[in-house]
Amino acid sequence: MADHTSATDEGEAGGDEAGDDGTATPEIDLPGEAFDAVLDALDDLDPGDPLRFEGFSVARDGEGAYALVENSPPKPLTERELHEALAERAPAVTDWYTFERVVGEFGPRRAFLRWIEDADGETVAARYAALAAGIERAWGELKITATVTDRGERRYDVRHADDAGVPVDELDAHEDPLDARELVTYDEKGRYRPLKTAPSLAGGWVFPDLGPRDLYETVETIYPATVANWHREREGELDVTHWRETMERQSGIYGVVKTWDRGEGYEHVNWVAEACCDDSQCLKRREWEYDDETDLDVDGGDGVFPCREPCSVVVSAARKWTRLESEQPRTYEFELTPSEKEQVEDIIDAVADGRTDEIREADTKEGANRYRARFLRAKLFDDEGNLGGVPTEPDEE
Amino acid sequence: MQSLVIVAHGSHLNPESSAPTYDHADTIRATGAFDEVRTGFWKEEPHFREVLRTVEGDEIYVVPLFVSEGYFTEQVIPRELRLAGWDVSEWDSDGLSADQATLIAEDIDREVHYCGPVGTHRAMTDVIVRRAESVTDDPDVGDGFGLAVVGHGTERNENSAKAIEYHADRIAERDRFDEVKALYMDEEPEVDDLPEHFESDDVVLVPLFIADGYHTQEDIPEDVGLCEDHTEGYDVPETVDGTRIWYAGAVGTEPLMADVVLERAADAGADLGTALDDVRETTRVATGD
Repeated sequence: MADHTSATDEGEAGGDEAGDDGTATPEIDLPGEAFDAVLDALDDLDPGDPLRFEGFSVARDGEGAYALVENSPPKPLTERELHEALAERAPAVTDWYTFERVVGEFGPRRAFLRWIEDADGETVAARYAALAAGIERAWGELKITATVTDRGERRYDVRHADDAGVPVDELDAHEDPLDARELVTYDEKGRYRPLKTAPSLAGGWVFPDLGPRDLYETVETIYPATVANWHREREGELDVTHWRETMERQSGIYGVVKTWDRGEGYEHVNWVAEACCDDSQCLKRREWEYDDETDLDVDGGDGVFPCREPCSVVVSAARKWTRLESEQPRTYEFELTPSEKEQVEDIIDAVADGRTDEIREADTKEGANRYRARFLRAKLFDDEGNLGGVPTEPDEE
Repeated sequence: MQSLVIVAHGSHLNPESSAPTYDHADTIRATGAFDEVRTGFWKEEPHFREVLRTVEGDEIYVVPLFVSEGYFTEQVIPRELRLAGWDVSEWDSDGLSADQATLIAEDIDREVHYCGPVGTHRAMTDVIVRRAESVTDDPDVGDGFGLAVVGHGTERNENSAKAIEYHADRIAERDRFDEVKALYMDEEPEVDDLPEHFESDDVVLVPLFIADGYHTQEDIPEDVGLCEDHTEGYDVPETVDGTRIWYAGAVGTEPLMADVVLERAADAGADLGTALDDVRETTRVATGD
């Protein structure tokens, strides 16, 4: 297992190139597999076609010799001399090897791993210096720390952001990305999490030493398809399906949602978005609106990854609300003291914000305090559980 | 690059619903037959709508972890996966014979092989028998035993009963169990009266469901009389009206189910190497010696 601190130490001790922030580029040894990959790549190219690295390129001449081009006329090299030349330029070569051979072409994975170290914006020298110190990125509730070994290999530490700074040996350490399935199933209270992007990920675990592909798999396991949709958004290709279109395609038991959605305004969808799609309930940034032409009035949130259509939790809830909202209002009459009315409001607020567990046992100043709620029930409910003794159905009187 | 995508129902309420899907995906992953094995769900993430965009391969096999042909396999999954031009007649199925259809998934503009559900595949018969072996912990179970294959019934989908009958008939033809019956929750013959349908003193009850949930953990045990209240639990076997009932729970949780997923992909053209043999070997019931 790689030791992150040693990578940092070597970087600071052995480097001689300065990164943008003044930290030194670490010394990198060119691994044999990276050099072999360069030779394989050159074999796949026609003689004279360059293989480009940051700051220089290499080609072969068709007769067993190589040429290195760096600002000046090509420098002819034997394979041994090529190895020496590339070893001197090991940061650029290992960077090429990492992204071309280890990470590979799959769009979302490649874009995500390059984004982590800003590979499309920063130079190799600046990135290797930053990686030596550790680059931190947030992804939902995750904190990802990227480092580089003295062979130019990327290593990643993934953990809950709340566990930032906690020593690895104080957390449950994992290696297999699929272990993350267990970590996302229940929240801290042991309740099932039906929505993986709910901000209720429990902490206490760490993947301390992942390679690039396993990092991607871990993130995709914790927040499925978020990288794919983020990538599409960056490419300007995010396919957003708005509320109306999503409800139009529902069928079976969900087909009823269409009856709630007759083109008579979209206030009900504002309520849905406020209830379900707030940052306090889901880390995705809502990009869907009522329809192509009609934006909702509710903010979509600040999540790093986009939400491209109402999810199955929202559709299921909308089905329930369709039924409930088809009822006609009635006027009920019962008496509450002003404090009791406020207490009902406090209880709804506390449940809606998930604060009931935070209200202290003896804090009777809180309207949603359990003793207060029990007193209200004792005083105002009849034996059938009717508020104020008023039946829900008029004919029950 | 060859990819397998297992699509299943999942649940907003019960984590056990997706557990068999993950288990079978892991079993198949361990064979190395596919470069990647992904899972997608109707009620969990990644959703059917988005699972294909997480898939890297150019040969993609989609296998529905569903019991029968019908609403999900014919409407919901093709619609949500955006299979262009999908028409159920592509399967030309009698309700049991859906095999595969090759279509462009518009989400990724790549071809996918969309397979029939696991529940109607002939290999599913072996999983039901294996379930009887694993619940009795006897790889030779059969002599002196009856077997009840139990399905939901025809409430919404007539194909559901077809799958039950198909497998019950195939098992009966093997003359392994003294009696084999197809029983249902919502139609005749009903599982409630299980002892009346069998002469055998021992009956293995195998529900043809993918995952353990409300029906297999609450309805069936209470209806059959294994317990008054499912929260009290029950023994395996439990004696009801003089019949020892070996209740197996959802057949979909049996490890051999991974074999049926592979068979579906193989029928659609996937190159599996030795994966089928590997899975049959790793999931067999130990002799207990």
